[in-house]
Amino acid sequence: MFNSYLENTLEYYPENCINCHRCIQVCPHNVFTEGNDHVKLTNPTSCIECGACAQNCPNEAIKVEAGVGCAWAMIRAALKGKEMDSGECGCDDDGKSCC
Amino acid sequence: MDNNKDNSKFCSCDTKFQAFPLMNFSHSYPSSDIFSTTGKLEFRDRFDHFLARMGIDRMNHVVKPGLYKLGDPDKTSDIIVSANYKLSFDSVRDSLQHIDCYILVLDTKGINVWCAAGKGTFGTDELVKRIRLAELTKRVEHRRLIVPQLGAPGISAHEVFNRSGFKVEYGPIKASDLPEYLNERKTTPEMRKVKFPLKDRLILIPIELSHLLLPTIVLTLILYFFAGPLASLAVITTVLAGTVLFPTLLPFIPTSDFTTKGFILGIIVAIPFSILYLTDPNTSPGASILGSIIPLLIIPSVTAYITLNFTGATPLTSKSGVKKEIYRYIPILAFMGGAGIILLLLLGTLSFLEVI
Ligand code: SF4
Ligand code: SF4
Repeated sequence: MFNSYLENTLEYYPENCINCHRCIQVCPHNVFTEGNDHVKLTNPTSCIECGACAQNCPNEAIKVEAGVGCAWAMIRAALKGKEMDSGECGCDDDGKSCC
Repeated sequence: MDNNKDNSKFCSCDTKFQAFPLMNFSHSYPSSDIFSTTGKLEFRDRFDHFLARMGIDRMNHVVKPGLYKLGDPDKTSDIIVSANYKLSFDSVRDSLQHIDCYILVLDTKGINVWCAAGKGTFGTDELVKRIRLAELTKRVEHRRLIVPQLGAPGISAHEVFNRSGFKVEYGPIKASDLPEYLNERKTTPEMRKVKFPLKDRLILIPIELSHLLLPTIVLTLILYFFAGPLASLAVITTVLAGTVLFPTLLPFIPTSDFTTKGFILGIIVAIPFSILYLTDPNTSPGASILGSIIPLLIIPSVTAYITLNFTGATPLTSKSGVKKEIYRYIPILAFMGGAGIILLLLLGTLSFLEVI
């Protein structure tokens, strides 16, 4: 109840994984962890669909519909009659602190 | 620092154009421009950060894209990639005070690394282009770049390698971990996990407030004249609950969804208003009951809507999840808010007609 974040679009195909650990290095929520022959999908529900892993996987072992989890952008897109998924991030910067 | 009389747009950054007389260079020396910077933040840098945090002149906190030398780098020095948002660039140079290195600033249109990576402006194409424009192959012997981890959604490391010959190494999320990273040459799981500590949450308050300032003032004034001071206090309380209480208490409010968290906060702050209206000796029983229901309908639906809109400012929510929240809760919030407004108008009309 009251958790909309249990499902997401992350898909992992371990048979394609060449165990390069790129996904582990880029994921900001420790979704993948080290394994013997291939990485393990340990915390799938923590995924925020940033797309970093899929972008950086050299062997197409990961698929995700990347996007920004921003209600404001989606509502604005919907109000303008556009697809909610149009992907435009409405704000130009929210002063988020990252380097 | 120096009298940087560059144009106003770039005035606040510590960059000094180095006037290299071209003819002094041998053939192999890069001819592109290079800027110098220091690891020391001046008062005016900090003032600029303050303005950026307050949401003032938001799009003008920019640094000129290109290659910067920090200290006295040589052909073996590291190259650290950053965005041309002043806060991003300054946090990198601030953390590297005593390290000689290069900073390669991408043109992200003045937007921080994470947001720009999401939009794709901090991306493979831009990085490959900047590597070429800065003539990195002539400046350094190695072929490594340190890219902040939060830039990874925009960068495809293997593609950068194929197109430029440079190997991308993902550095830590926080610039303050850079010195440790440069020593160890790898990030720890701790460094790689994005956190959203109190400080980062509080920093967002002024911007959130500034978004809502105008409607808040207008509504406060209108309600003051038509419904009394208690009603305008309710408006202010609602906005503060959504913009100040919510980010402060975020991890401690029950439930995972942002909307339900905001709804819970809204109910809590609405209860006192509800009681005050209910127990007001100067109103008729009918008006008291209506008056006590209205805050319970309007306040939680508004705080919940404000907090739902906070999702974009956090590094915690997936698009699928936010979409689900929108579909799940927006109809309920709209219904409650609408019902509250109708009752409010009804109460206003009935009181005006002196029916209740
Ligand atoms: S990036 Fe791809 S290939 Fe490399 S470890 Fe992760 S899933 Fe496997
Ligand atoms: S999409 Fe982002 S959050 Fe999700 S697993 Fe990949 S890197 Fe981690």
